[in-house]
Amino acid sequence: MDIQDALQIVSESHTGMVRSHNEDSVTFDASSGLVVLADGMGGYNAGEVASGIAASVLSVEIGHQLATSRPEKKDAVSGEDVGVVLLRENVKKANASIFHVAASQPQYSGMGTTIVAGLFYDNRVAVAHVGDSRMYRLRGEIFESVTRDHSLLQEQIDSGMISKADARNSKNKNLVTRAVGIDAEVEPEVHVYDVQVGDIYLLCSDGLNDMIEDEEIGATLQMLKANLPLAAKELIQLANDNGGRDNVSVILVKVNGKFSAPHGWLANLYTWFKN
Amino acid sequence: MPAKLILSLDGAVLNEYRLDKERTTIGRKPRNDIVIDNLAVSSEHAAIITILNDSFLEDLESTNGLSVNGVVTKKHFLQNNDVIEIGKYKLKYVNEQPASATQDDLEKTMVLRRPATIAPEPGSTDSGDGNAELPGSQVDATGQSSMPKVGEATQKVAVAQPVAAQPQQAAVVQVLNGPNVGKEVELVKSLTTLGKPGVQVAVLAKRPHGFFITHVEGAKFPSVNGESTGEQPHQLYDHDIIELLGVKMEFYFKA
Repeated sequence: MDIQDALQIVSESHTGMVRSHNEDSVTFDASSGLVVLADGMGGYNAGEVASGIAASVLSVEIGHQLATSRPEKKDAVSGEDVGVVLLRENVKKANASIFHVAASQPQYSGMGTTIVAGLFYDNRVAVAHVGDSRMYRLRGEIFESVTRDHSLLQEQIDSGMISKADARNSKNKNLVTRAVGIDAEVEPEVHVYDVQVGDIYLLCSDGLNDMIEDEEIGATLQMLKANLPLAAKELIQLANDNGGRDNVSVILVKVNGKFSAPHGWLANLYTWFKN
Repeated sequence: MPAKLILSLDGAVLNEYRLDKERTTIGRKPRNDIVIDNLAVSSEHAAIITILNDSFLEDLESTNGLSVNGVVTKKHFLQNNDVIEIGKYKLKYVNEQPASATQDDLEKTMVLRRPATIAPEPGSTDSGDGNAELPGSQVDATGQSSMPKVGEATQKVAVAQPVAAQPQQAAVVQVLNGPNVGKEVELVKSLTTLGKPGVQVAVLAKRPHGFFITHVEGAKFPSVNGESTGEQPHQLYDHDIIELLGVKMEFYFKA
């Protein structure tokens, strides 16, 4: 199945109930199977600028580079999937552009953004993230987090210093240990996962998971999976009903069919003719 | 404002200590930050690790132990107004910074750039035994921590029923016809679905300002008092009649 037909993608973004503007950026491209969500930070409108740069660098650059190469091919240098390399290199590229804008324009000094991006190809998804924007997956009855936050709190949980139950009471919730655009270099975390038909992927900013428990996010997706746009709206509404203290953004990706990469000479010939 | 400890004995306040160091020690010997000169107190009794706005109490293998709010403990994540008891002495932990305030600066995501690694102070005379087990000793906030393996990166969360988000007047949907006539469903969760998956489903959302019905799937929309709701959420009022898949249901608030 063509990836465009195999995946249903919807997104929603809302300022929330407290903030004056929305510093989140979301973008997706169904034809290349790319989804990007960034949560900016920095004074005045710098957060929006940072997340906007990150989202556009990823979507534009990856779109360009996929015109001439396939994400499931192996990279000549690293042996990794081209999709993985594309995500990693373009998060780094976004980092460099944000860092340079911040360094040259005093009003943008110190701006940065978190990012979570997924590239779907050949029944897989490559996931890159920096900071505390998350990807979750609903598969059958199991709703679980795919990414692990780059945050002080997550590190405290990992080191056994604080239990997951206690973490809800932590006063250090919003401290990320990695962000895009803050330093000259950034190391995005990238993993590849197999995708199954029926899976639903959720990308969200912390405005969602700080306001709603994971259990409730999962239950909402489970109940409303037949109507993806409604599920996205309902999640935003739940976050706002619970206080909406931050901008809240979601991207939902539902896998309706297999999307195997074309294999063999006939398929290659076909793609060649199609181009 | 940093958190503080208020030391008292038999209700009389003896001293106040600000937790402005990464590691504050409590013990009988003068080298401790908080000195309690009493034989029931070990020479190095306990330590408090403070990372930004959070503080963690740890018993340093003391002879007589310690308790927090009456519970004997080895390690404890301190919450505002916790009372630590060491012998007859009480130490009240006060941290008035709200965890969930709407103060913008507190809520905003910030980047932690300098390592928050907790290392023994250089030149410290501590034996090091206590430090080796410090919970914070593995914290590395430089972002250089190792990548989690796939299996570790995912946290299993079984899908559970959602928790009611807001206090709301209780409401019920009662079936008026068909095989389930008389059956009542109390709308306690923030979302409740009605209907048959794959055929026709509507969702009832419990929101702070009322209950709403929204079409989820199916060729037909649900109707309320004989009128189709369309795709948009439709607010429900007392004694509204919902119809879905030929089943009539009454929505009402519980007295």
